Amino acid sequence: MLPTPDTSHVSFDTIYEPSEDSYLFLDTLASTSESEWLSERFPSQEASPLVVEVGTGSGVVLAFASAQSQQIFGRRDILTLGTDVNRNACIATRTTATTAINTEQQPSPQTVHISSLTADLCAPLRPGSVDVLLFNPPYVPTEDLPSLPSAAQNDPALAEAMSRSAKFDNDSYFLSLTYAGGADGMETTDRLLDAIPDVLSARGVAYVLLCKQNRPEDVKERIRGWGGWQAETVGSSGMQAGWEKLVIVRIWRADCS
Amino acid sequence: MKVLTANFVTCAVKDCKTSPASFPLHFHDAELEQEELEFQPEFIRNILPRIDWPALCTTANELGFPTLPESKPEGDKLEDEQTLKDLHRLLLETHVTEGKLACANCGHQYSIKEGIANFLLPSHLV
Repeated sequence: MLPTPDTSHVSFDTIYEPSEDSYLFLDTLASTSESEWLSERFPSQEASPLVVEVGTGSGVVLAFASAQSQQIFGRRDILTLGTDVNRNACIATRTTATTAINTEQQPSPQTVHISSLTADLCAPLRPGSVDVLLFNPPYVPTEDLPSLPSAAQNDPALAEAMSRSAKFDNDSYFLSLTYAGGADGMETTDRLLDAIPDVLSARGVAYVLLCKQNRPEDVKERIRGWGGWQAETVGSSGMQAGWEKLVIVRIWRADCS
Repeated sequence: MKVLTANFVTCAVKDCKTSPASFPLHFHDAELEQEELEFQPEFIRNILPRIDWPALCTTANELGFPTLPESKPEGDKLEDEQTLKDLHRLLLETHVTEGKLACANCGHQYSIKEGIANFLLPSHLV
């Protein structure tokens, strides 16, 4: 088994701690079938792929994809970038990714983590720029969807000036963003799915994790209805009453391979 | 944030996406830091096809980097070690640690603090 990136430097006050869903992501990317598919999709003589994770949290998934690029993509010359609405998560991801690359890729690290950006999903990314998109969303069905933080709410000076109870409320708010998915747990995932055709390159592919309550079969049908797009379940875990609790769906343009 | 990032980002405001003025974003008051990384000519050659050259020239100019060639290196120029080394230094070894990225279409400025750019929008722009 390939090693899990170290996240012992991360404070989980406002950041999602790697859990069953994160590990399903690592196992799926490292599976023989996915690494073969990805290596074929991004042959080493073609331009370096840009791998983007949206909502990185601790950065464990992006760090794994970066550090194990040879095993997953069949090449090390890849670029990785992360986004998260929580500035603390961006700082954590940068450390998790660069540490994992430097630990796993010796004597000469090749994969480069170019940045972690505080952002809503892929809002600042240039259309057509992303080759591999990874998303472990806030997928739990909840009555309300927490509102997005503003730039000001991520000001480091603000957190420092907080009272203990204000900090507790603030931490709870940021943690709610990591899991609360609103109606069917799909409100944030739906926004990401809507962005996929624009942000992915012609050879692009997205991996999105869904839980049973998100109705993965319906989601796949919907994507196939876009015209020219494919969606397949490529990883799953935790059988519950005959259904997989969590699945990872691969989404790609069928007209490009 | 490595300088290469500027070639992959644009304004987060939806209405700006279709305007050519929203790319590249423009650096203001940028503070830079150099990090030594092993030079890998093959990696630079594989990054080059993805680079929007005029945008990179704009970025390099704003950051006070020596002038890049007018057009993207091709053919024999890809064998020129000095050219690739200059690109390696600019794209991968140079970090922007503080400063702002501004959209020339809407004028919004995104701040960069400790190397993390903040693209969250104030409510009136969402």
